[in-house]
Amino acid sequence: MAKKQKPTVLITGAAGALAQQVINRLRDRYQIVAVDFRKQTYLSDDIPSYQINFNKRVFEDLFRKYDFDGVIHLGRITSSEETRMRRYNANVLGSQKLLELSHKYGIEKVIVLSTYHVYGANAYNPALINETAPLKAAELTMDLIDSVELENLANIYLWKYRDLNITILRPCNIVGPGVQNTMSSLLASKNAPVLAGFSPVMQFIHIDDMSDAIVLAYEKNKSGIYNVAPNDWVSYQQALELSGCRKIPLPSIPPALPRFLARALDLKIFPAFLINYFKYSVVIDGRSFNKTFGYKVKRPLKEIFRYYREMKNS
Amino acid sequence: MNLKSYLKEKFVSKEFDAQLDKIEKPVGSLGYDPWGFNAETNKVMLALFKGIYNKYFRVQADGIDNIPAKGPVLIVGNHSGQLPIDGTLVGYAIATREKAPRIPRAMIERFFPTVPFLGNLLNQAGAVLGDPVNCARMLENDEAVIVFPEGIRGSGKLYKDRYQLKRFGNGFMHLAMQHNATIVPVGIVGCEETIPAIANIKPLAKMLGIPYVPVTLPVVLPAKVHLNFGKPMKFEGGDTTEEEVTRRVEQVKSVISDLIDKGLSERKRLF
Repeated sequence: MAKKQKPTVLITGAAGALAQQVINRLRDRYQIVAVDFRKQTYLSDDIPSYQINFNKRVFEDLFRKYDFDGVIHLGRITSSEETRMRRYNANVLGSQKLLELSHKYGIEKVIVLSTYHVYGANAYNPALINETAPLKAAELTMDLIDSVELENLANIYLWKYRDLNITILRPCNIVGPGVQNTMSSLLASKNAPVLAGFSPVMQFIHIDDMSDAIVLAYEKNKSGIYNVAPNDWVSYQQALELSGCRKIPLPSIPPALPRFLARALDLKIFPAFLINYFKYSVVIDGRSFNKTFGYKVKRPLKEIFRYYREMKNS
Repeated sequence: MNLKSYLKEKFVSKEFDAQLDKIEKPVGSLGYDPWGFNAETNKVMLALFKGIYNKYFRVQADGIDNIPAKGPVLIVGNHSGQLPIDGTLVGYAIATREKAPRIPRAMIERFFPTVPFLGNLLNQAGAVLGDPVNCARMLENDEAVIVFPEGIRGSGKLYKDRYQLKRFGNGFMHLAMQHNATIVPVGIVGCEETIPAIANIKPLAKMLGIPYVPVTLPVVLPAKVHLNFGKPMKFEGGDTTEEEVTRRVEQVKSVISDLIDKGLSERKRLF
């Protein structure tokens, strides 16, 4: 193998907007190799891009070929994609394969992107949940089990293979240009469902800020579990108002009714398994990440919502 | 114009708005804090409550300046009256006092966040789910927190048991000791007469999943309310036995009992 000019980083989830932002920030200093479960994405001539199932043997060939120095695992299949079993295979078993290979090939830095959903939306949640809180999401819905399992797995490997230097990031709602998750789709829509009488406090982070956080976590290499969220909050319904959405109230009681409606109407934008997140706050405390990595978000909430409002007017 | 802006324009006078703006309360760029407090909703709620405080309950608050202007404080009182009227009156008194007003946070029952509209409204007005983690984080943030250590035992008691203090939990004392918070006791007299209950329909409460269903009049009576705030109390932290903590809790309870007696002796008539 020829001597490398730059350190090589494997980035998963390359088809997503977040991975592409991270790649753009790292490409000058690192040789990037991009992979995605879902589709092959052309990034540029100097960035090899693959569509690979992590569970297939051919995945190991990439490790043999490129001699990676680090892995940034952003390729979690979200709950709105694929069936439960396929998602479990990809997110949990696929990630296990990735971590095993990372250990086998002597990688010294792994970033795992998780989500604040792992804490679970519960009426009894205290605010400013920190990283030591139990992950209750699996108790509430089977659809979030793979997210919790992925975290537990990363946590096991964090202790099992200390030399991997795993950093698990649990961000709040990532929104902004190109993001296609549930919350971004809601803010971008003209008509957004709300549960009558419930407007939980939420946190939003701009995709640019989240990309900065991932790059910072990779470069500073301090393993551990960290929430990533700005020190700013807004209620769900006000976020919709500021984004220029018309609110469509759904009945909220009895609790089974909105879930039934979301399923019966096949509301992809307002999935039944996330209903509790539109009812009860899950406010995470991002201060540990900010302190450890010297991080501060740059895009205020008003700027985030202005983007969605202007997008509708244009 | 949304409902909040409409209500603010209609009910919050310029002077009251300016008066509340002077209170130092850290909030985010859109006026929220992590517990759901919203500066604008709070103004509307306080403005709407002004008449209720002054004219309906004709509240007389003594010793209000015993609450320190800064730092973590637990305002500990006796609970009564089926609805959290007592906490709201104590909160209003502190938020509108002349010298160094503060926005105190009331700890509310776990049942409230599940109630549509009311749960969020209470949060936006400053009330917080009664969880020790919440209380600890707020004390770390130098907030003033209103707690009723009797909990449901206090607010759900019947009229025949009025002004008899129920068992106090020890949680507030642990929190005060851990976070070096000042305790200000408050004796509340009058709220027991606002919603006098003669019985509690327990099976119905169980069926509805709510703490109690009182047999009472369908109105809130305009009893005159006396709030007597006691002298600040400080308790050293460190490795303290539970027995000692209980003794300290009893000490606070005894002061509150004296403050209630003071309020009862000051009271000329019920309404």
